Amino acid sequence: MNIAVTGLNATDNPGPGVPVIRSIKESKEFNGKIIGLVYDSLEPGIYMENLATKCYQIPYPSSGLTHFYDRLELIHEKEKIDLIIPTLDSELYAFIKLEDQLNRLGIKTFLPTIEQLNIRGKDKLFNFCKDNGIKVPRNVLVNSVQELQKLPDDFDFPLVVKGIFYDAQIVNNIEEAVSAFQKLSYKWGFPIIIQEHVAGDEFNVVALGNGKGSLTGAVAMRKLYITEKGKGWAGVTINEKKLFEISRLVIEKTKWQSGMELEFIKSKNDNEYYLLEINPRFPAWVYLATAAGQNLPYALIKLAQGEKVEPFENFTAGTIFVRSSWDLITNIKTFEKISTLGEL
Amino acid sequence: MNKYRIPENLAISDSGFLFLASTGETFSVNEIGKEILKGIQLHKTDEEIINDLLNDYDIDKQSLQKDFDDFILQLQKNNLALL
Repeated sequence: MNIAVTGLNATDNPGPGVPVIRSIKESKEFNGKIIGLVYDSLEPGIYMENLATKCYQIPYPSSGLTHFYDRLELIHEKEKIDLIIPTLDSELYAFIKLEDQLNRLGIKTFLPTIEQLNIRGKDKLFNFCKDNGIKVPRNVLVNSVQELQKLPDDFDFPLVVKGIFYDAQIVNNIEEAVSAFQKLSYKWGFPIIIQEHVAGDEFNVVALGNGKGSLTGAVAMRKLYITEKGKGWAGVTINEKKLFEISRLVIEKTKWQSGMELEFIKSKNDNEYYLLEINPRFPAWVYLATAAGQNLPYALIKLAQGEKVEPFENFTAGTIFVRSSWDLITNIKTFEKISTLGEL
Repeated sequence: MNKYRIPENLAISDSGFLFLASTGETFSVNEIGKEILKGIQLHKTDEEIINDLLNDYDIDKQSLQKDFDDFILQLQKNNLALL
């Protein structure tokens, strides 16, 4: 079986491609090739030994879907891809839109629908949670500085200003809020989400939905070390029933088909878990789930193949990941190949 | 007379390292702390635990009671002992 995976950008803001591949290769059942699909010739996963059998550079989906599809088709002609696992938020719409065309080529995917993808969007999550009895920080959507200055009276600082796709900033007064609004709207567009700030510890869950409303597996993690960019650089698996109950409910209500990451904060005020975000793909720490006993990326492959997958029932709490920085060495000839030929 | 219990998600190692699996928090206790936790695990009452410690250590009951109460308070604050 030949599996193509994106997101080999194992940088300080890591994509999930490398841990997804690591998980797949660790499965004793896996027998096949891994094809890395990269957007940049400096994605570290390209240069990791024994990771991808072959890597191909692909254009950004924003360059046009036809162009994007043509490149995938060309790679498929050479590599006979059975399944593509996109791992980056920004490319998901493109892959979902191309799902039928890819299927016709014989390439499977295991993705949510556009509608499911939108439900968990930063601008829709509040209503979804409210409708389903899940605690979520209150938010308002704003499209202008004027709207920002008319926030409800009971919205007290500090607040969180969030971009529609990425980035968030905690602000302590209206001046900081305006500055964050301008910065984030310039970068990511509108609307901007103004969210109540909940103080507390961060918890994350990686989950896999089978597309029929059932949770195939889920592992919870507490971040032990957080970088300045807010990325978890170390974490430990934990066994907290409440987190799994909420995750199961989200998968059930959305009938989610794919991996997802749920980000929670446990409020210092009321000790309750608030759902901050749902990321529509596996997180960069997904290998921790594999190491703890739930190989969710490989389970996704089986689901995509139409196999029946029994839900995972447990995992080892207390499994720790510590991310590291390691310089990979290559030579100019290798770099030349991926840069000029677009494959390596 | 009180009888405490240890949360089911608490792992206690021989070195006195505690891991609360529901939150991911870790703690360290010393030799006496470990003995107190062991007593709680064995479903002993606070009086029984204190009497065990009085037999093992050269300390007056009043001082021990005060230290014991402080320690239990710390455990409770961190959800490591429940009444």
